[in-house]
Amino acid sequence: MQGSPLHLDELAQQFQEIKPPLSQREAVLEANRCLYCFDAPCIAACPTSIDVPTFIKKIATGNVFGSAKTILEANLVGATCSRVCPVEELCEGACVLNSDHQPIQIGRLQRYAMDYLYEKDLMPFEVAAPKAKKVAVVGAGPAGLVCAGELAKKGYDVTIFEKRSLPGGLSTYGIVVMREPIRVALSEVAFIQKLGVKLQTEVEVGVDISAEKLLADYDAIFLAVGMGQVPDLGIVGEEAKGVTEALSFIAETKLAEKEGLERLSKLPIGKEVAVIGAGNTAIDAATIAKRLGAERVTIVYRRSDKEMPAYDFEYEFIKNEGVEFRFLSQPVEVLHEDGWVKGLRCVKMKLGELGADGRRGVEASDESFVLSCDQVIKAIGQEKLSLAQLFSLETDRGYIKADETCQSSNPKVFAGGDCIRAKGAAMTVTAARDGKIAANAIHTMLTQ
Amino acid sequence: MADLSINFAGVKSPNPFWLASAPPTNSAYQINKAFEKGWGGAVWKTIGTPVLNVSSRYGGFEYNGQKLVAINNVELISDRPLEVNLKEIRAVKKLWPDRAVIVSAMFEADPKVWHDAVKRIEDTGADAIELNYGCPHGMSERGMGSAVGQVPEYCTMITGWVTSVASIPVIVKLTPNITDIKKPALAAVAGNANAISLINTINSVIGVDLDNFQLKPNIGGKGGHGGYAGAAVKPIALSMLSEVMTLDPFKSYQLPISGMGGISTWRDAAEFLLLGASSLQVCTAVMHYGFRIIEDLCDGLSNWLDEKGASSITEIIGKSAPRYSAFNNFDLAYKVVAHIDPAKCINCNLCYIACDEGAHQCIDLCVDGVKINPDSYAGAARAKPVVREDDCVGCNLCSLVCPVDGCISMVEMDSGRDSITWGEITQKLPEVTLKWDEMQKYREEKGIHIH
Repeated sequence: MQGSPLHLDELAQQFQEIKPPLSQREAVLEANRCLYCFDAPCIAACPTSIDVPTFIKKIATGNVFGSAKTILEANLVGATCSRVCPVEELCEGACVLNSDHQPIQIGRLQRYAMDYLYEKDLMPFEVAAPKAKKVAVVGAGPAGLVCAGELAKKGYDVTIFEKRSLPGGLSTYGIVVMREPIRVALSEVAFIQKLGVKLQTEVEVGVDISAEKLLADYDAIFLAVGMGQVPDLGIVGEEAKGVTEALSFIAETKLAEKEGLERLSKLPIGKEVAVIGAGNTAIDAATIAKRLGAERVTIVYRRSDKEMPAYDFEYEFIKNEGVEFRFLSQPVEVLHEDGWVKGLRCVKMKLGELGADGRRGVEASDESFVLSCDQVIKAIGQEKLSLAQLFSLETDRGYIKADETCQSSNPKVFAGGDCIRAKGAAMTVTAARDGKIAANAIHTMLTQ
Repeated sequence: MADLSINFAGVKSPNPFWLASAPPTNSAYQINKAFEKGWGGAVWKTIGTPVLNVSSRYGGFEYNGQKLVAINNVELISDRPLEVNLKEIRAVKKLWPDRAVIVSAMFEADPKVWHDAVKRIEDTGADAIELNYGCPHGMSERGMGSAVGQVPEYCTMITGWVTSVASIPVIVKLTPNITDIKKPALAAVAGNANAISLINTINSVIGVDLDNFQLKPNIGGKGGHGGYAGAAVKPIALSMLSEVMTLDPFKSYQLPISGMGGISTWRDAAEFLLLGASSLQVCTAVMHYGFRIIEDLCDGLSNWLDEKGASSITEIIGKSAPRYSAFNNFDLAYKVVAHIDPAKCINCNLCYIACDEGAHQCIDLCVDGVKINPDSYAGAARAKPVVREDDCVGCNLCSLVCPVDGCISMVEMDSGRDSITWGEITQKLPEVTLKWDEMQKYREEKGIHIH
């Protein structure tokens, strides 16, 4: 594998945000198209209940600062959400204009207001008088940031502990550059810090600081640690060079882009790349591989397109990227030569009976084939973290068990985001909602 | 294809669309270009006494992202020498014998000056003279323009000076900056005008710059009232046209009216024609988009006439004018109620909030036909607007705010009452109009319930 075959300007083109920002006039015209519905269904469709018609009306009147404040009052990671939310499934999907016209581009309008605020470095909130209560937040991803920010606004002494070197969680490491460059994620973190939140990076709970110490030193704890590593496939040859997992692959491109295109162009990329799995992360990894200049990118999935977990619009998007699909194909061996990947042997699968999850099961056939490739990217879900054990918390199918206020089995410990997502869609916006719910619950608990 | 040609007080043009006296008719260059595009006529930008213009002249009214819903201006009459204008007018008319070339004029109140001006204008071969009694800025301070239009006696006097010597038709252009447009209209008739045109621009301040507090347009730190024109003024123009059309010399078409004020499309044009205008003048839309808009003005109007089975424009002129009436004559027994088509409703519920807070509380939000309280409702199903027909006063507001064409219609209902007007009640039952208890009795007797 070598660096990207693309010229730097070509690479810049490939890695700029897929949807361009709205110009001021575009934003005003689009905002004016909003009907300003009375009981707008977009608000109900937003897990964080952003008052969409109000923030859009404010863009229309030229009160963009007020618009950004309206968004942030409901969702402190509004800039990330405006880029990564599956809006077709949420606010824009609920827009009444779907049936009569085109839905309002709510996501892009939200991004316009958020970019305005961050570019001008404005602060719309006044922080309440300090309270003599301390809250520890574990994990600086969306859920942790929102919880920390909401509590800091109320005057709590909040510290976030983040094991990685950069804060932002998936916004920083996991969302592809073309959807959200790192600078956006980091400006969101900086905003939370301006609310008074203290941030300690490269501090891993259970390694650098014990759960016991957190429990002893803080009045409440919010766990928002997300998910763990991508597990091994458990197939022969998996250890070969050129086999990587999707999240590290995406994270490398994020960090490289942050340091400049030169760095990005030096990332090793195969000529023929096989991506295993068909979730949204697999789509992201395949997109990155293609845009870095891989000649052929193939998504290998053991079920059919009907069962694939990626959003429909992601599937449509990736087809236009020129990515190929091998459905009903189960990888069984990584072939290699001199330690380097040279192919992926797959068994052809057949669709079976409807399973309990509503998807049809698959069973192996006698046929197999070899997909030629010099890079294999695994995107087959993530392992659950063991933090629950450190805090002696009850779990639900490996996820931390939390009630509707995000409270865990230890009343002092709350949890939110992907680490409690035993059911429902794991989205940035649901993580943000958890952070808000937990902050309110912690506030209620600490004021009793 | 319907015949679009008109004969307006003896002035003929192949279509009813004339460029109004304004910046687009400042020069032969522009008018030649306009005629090439198909304009039926042009009223030359007002010629008259010497002037000097200011820089920064127009202000724009933008609404919800739409530029130039209206414009205002402090530009004066032509600032080109009289001789240059007269020479160009002659050349244009010679080049375009089938188009209407009308000369707008404004001079100081001296009969000799006017007599001389009329002669010189007629010498160019122009088809008519339009007297500018409307310009609301700059010239009015010098006793011209709207300063004449606002004083019926001046209007009659100066019109008389012109008509006494003119051999071509004289059109008097009225200012809307008065309380009763009928007064100056009759003053023009008294001065033997051959036609009138209306409306000129309306006094206006277009806005204030929120960054530096300057008025718009900003003329070296100052601003003032300017002439307001464009789409936003159309309803005012239609109202004034309708008022004048109630006067005998106009109702009988003894004197024709050239209509203007916000005509941007053939639809606007058709409305002016229906209310009695028989030639149409356009300015702001051309200032915004150029002369090329004449194509759809003619094409759209022609297609509409065909659709209505009219073979010529004259067949539809004034068709709606007799319907213009006074409140006293409206039928109090006429009743419409709002009907929402559930198949078309997109559930924005703007009708609900408009009715509830802006009108008469006759629309409920319902789930499965049961009224809900939107402040406390937390169900998953979207509440739908339902009209309580018995309470609906037929105000139209819901149908006006509804964003979906044809979703809310106002349906005529039998009120069960005999036709009667306020005028008739005043005459037959005057006590009902004076005492609330008598009114209550009358309502009960007639079954008029106001919730």
